[in-house]
Amino acid sequence: MQTQDLTESLHQHPFLRNMDQELINTLTSCASNVVFQEGNYLFHESEDARTFYLIRSGRVALEAGGSERGQIRIQTLGPGEVLGWSWLIAPYRWHFDAYAVEQVHAFAIDATCLRTKSETDWHFGYEMLRRFSEVLERRLEATRLQLLDIYGTVKGDKGEKF
Amino acid sequence: MVLQSGTKRILKLTPDGLEQILDVLHKIGFETIGPTLGNDAIVYETIGSIDDLPQGWTDKQEPAAYRIIKRNDQAYFGFNAAPQSWKRFLYPPDRTLFRIRRKGKGLEFMEQEENTAELALIGVRPCELEAITIQERVFTSSEQRDDSYLAVRKKLFIIAVNCTSSGGNCFCASMNTGPHAKENFDLALTEVVNANEHFFIVEIGSETGLSVIHDVESAEPTEDEVETAAGLVRQAESQIRKLDLDTTPKLLSANLEHPEWDEVSKRCLACGNCTMVCPTCFCSTVEDTTDLSGKLAERRRRWDSCFTLDFAKVAGGNFRTSPRSRYRQWLTHKLSSWVDQFGKSGCVGCGRCITWCPVGIDITAEVQKITGT
Amino acid sequence: MSETFVDTGTETGTAMVPSFATIRKITWETDDTFTLIIDAPQVNGLPFSFKPGQFNMVYAFGTGESAISISSDPFKKSVIAHTIHRVGTVTSHLSRLKRGDMIGIRGPFGSAWPLDKAAGKDVCIVTGGIGIAPLRPTIYSLLRKRSEYGRIIILYGARSPLDLLYRVELEEWSKMPDVEVIVAVDRGDSSWKGHIGVVTNLFSYIKLDPRASIAMVCGPEVMMKFTIEELQRRGFAQSQIHVSLERNMKCGIGLCGHCQLGPKFICKDGPVFALPDVQYLLERKEL
Repeated sequence: MQTQDLTESLHQHPFLRNMDQELINTLTSCASNVVFQEGNYLFHESEDARTFYLIRSGRVALEAGGSERGQIRIQTLGPGEVLGWSWLIAPYRWHFDAYAVEQVHAFAIDATCLRTKSETDWHFGYEMLRRFSEVLERRLEATRLQLLDIYGTVKGDKGEKF
Repeated sequence: MVLQSGTKRILKLTPDGLEQILDVLHKIGFETIGPTLGNDAIVYETIGSIDDLPQGWTDKQEPAAYRIIKRNDQAYFGFNAAPQSWKRFLYPPDRTLFRIRRKGKGLEFMEQEENTAELALIGVRPCELEAITIQERVFTSSEQRDDSYLAVRKKLFIIAVNCTSSGGNCFCASMNTGPHAKENFDLALTEVVNANEHFFIVEIGSETGLSVIHDVESAEPTEDEVETAAGLVRQAESQIRKLDLDTTPKLLSANLEHPEWDEVSKRCLACGNCTMVCPTCFCSTVEDTTDLSGKLAERRRRWDSCFTLDFAKVAGGNFRTSPRSRYRQWLTHKLSSWVDQFGKSGCVGCGRCITWCPVGIDITAEVQKITGT
Repeated sequence: MSETFVDTGTETGTAMVPSFATIRKITWETDDTFTLIIDAPQVNGLPFSFKPGQFNMVYAFGTGESAISISSDPFKKSVIAHTIHRVGTVTSHLSRLKRGDMIGIRGPFGSAWPLDKAAGKDVCIVTGGIGIAPLRPTIYSLLRKRSEYGRIIILYGARSPLDLLYRVELEEWSKMPDVEVIVAVDRGDSSWKGHIGVVTNLFSYIKLDPRASIAMVCGPEVMMKFTIEELQRRGFAQSQIHVSLERNMKCGIGLCGHCQLGPKFICKDGPVFALPDVQYLLERKEL
């Protein structure tokens, strides 16, 4: 894919909606197209987080491993969503495994490249951070809702079975 | 005697005349229910004659206090709101809704006794009369109506008694429900008792009322006598407690997070007394039981209270666990959302909830606390 | 006798007394949720007829009643289905019944989903858990008059893949033209190929024109609050969002007082409400 095409298709990803052309251009220079086949891992827990992904199609499951229950799937991410922010915060290591439930097409953004550009271009850095904060906030909200286990049967003194 | 529609005929009656009215009612087939002494209180029960009335007694009511005491005169109706209202005669505290029997794999209804009682209520206070009207709206205004309520209500004969003195917790004047009964009665009495005489001024409110009093010995009252009676009723308008009928509904709905809800919930025992004595509270629950063989099932409806812990409980949890939320439900429903639901306040100012609250919570004071801040 | 009461209404029969109905079939949807299919009884001498979103008071002999939404096809008049989560004594009793046993039914009660308002629009149905049951009659109705509506989008959240209701039907619906069915579970396992996460996440995967759509939401109240926020963030006006609420119900006809939420009786003013009528009430805790 030509850089021009890449810029255009990046433009269409919801994460970058209404982003200035100039900033998209900056981002393009750190981006590449990637494909993961179904059943492959995009990354593993505790590996260096060198990239993050803007998913274009397919589905990725985040898995926590190492428990007696085996691999536990915590969340899935799909088209239009962002995968990974460990690249943003030192020591830049993944906390989960990312598994391709289906074939995944994504933009991979090189984190070192992005960090370097953010350090020199604060406007760009701020814009990226602002967009990531929004994703983080939404993700946290969803996690809290998930934590409530709202479909479970309530037991105990306030809602005992009756 | 001809009653022209739209006009109210006024008569004068002696206590003996009242006795004659009871006789007429009995002859027609009415069961007469009225105030009488019982358990150191005034209670509404079946009465046979005016001798059963609590003549010469009154009561003293304060927050969390009720005592009956002797009067200096022989008034028949010289007391205030009795602990229990008339509610239980129209809307019984415990009623069987149906009984079902197993028959093979199937089920069948068992025959049920119809409530055929024809009740004459003797001595309904103006606030209580309003309470009956309010409950009537609750049970009969929506698409699905309470048939058992209707059955009793349709046959009801009401003798109202205007108040000539107010109890310590009364605030009917500000609620515009008393102390003078304006409508919805068959007959309305005002009792006049002094050193020289003892009589009733009677207002006729319906054709039935007219026919009942038709053959009873009565007289034309003088203007003075009518004025004396009216003066006594006006006297009862002077009441310490009051509620602002116009501003309270909005005030409460706009203050659902007011700190007073927390304060009052520290005192409220969530006992539900206020809801039991309230003449308009209508919440009920149902109870299902079977006999020991498991072949016969019954469903009963019982009075319930929004103060009970499981009142708002559903399979997934409970919408009102804190006493704060339950007190708020009772007060905001009574004084605010009731207006949205039924076009009128659910409170008639009888003061029972103040008298019978074990810790003396006064709803007029609670509203005042929310108003004042 | 007395003229102090003027009766202007008409006799409605015995709204507090159930009609008997025979169980035709019990199907277990999950390990704790089953669908009871009964022969439609006559109510006051008339054939049983309901609108999507309405509920019945379902009576188990001697144990009691439970308010259960009707989950069958409103066009099929001979049977009524109730999908029931076994959580309490009444629902446990109902779960033990067999074909041929009799239960009691009072209803149908309550308001309906606004199918007329949905005409010509895309319909976005967002449900969680057992909340899909009261929307199933709506889905049937939309599909029966397919040309009258735009796209049908069904977003459905459940606790785990094993807790999904109506799996076969979901599969069938998803294959129909202009019907999207997207399911998310809170907890997945490695055999689950679908979405894991909360139902609100699913909005990322669909395209909706808020001006040409209507949303119908039913699930636990917390789930509905998050869904409402998400819909409003995506440009839905309050008036285009409809919710179905649950409260304790003893009578189903506005006489027992239990189901009140502020000035509303959930049983007769609801359970389905246009959001503007209840949002201010849902924002208050323990109201």
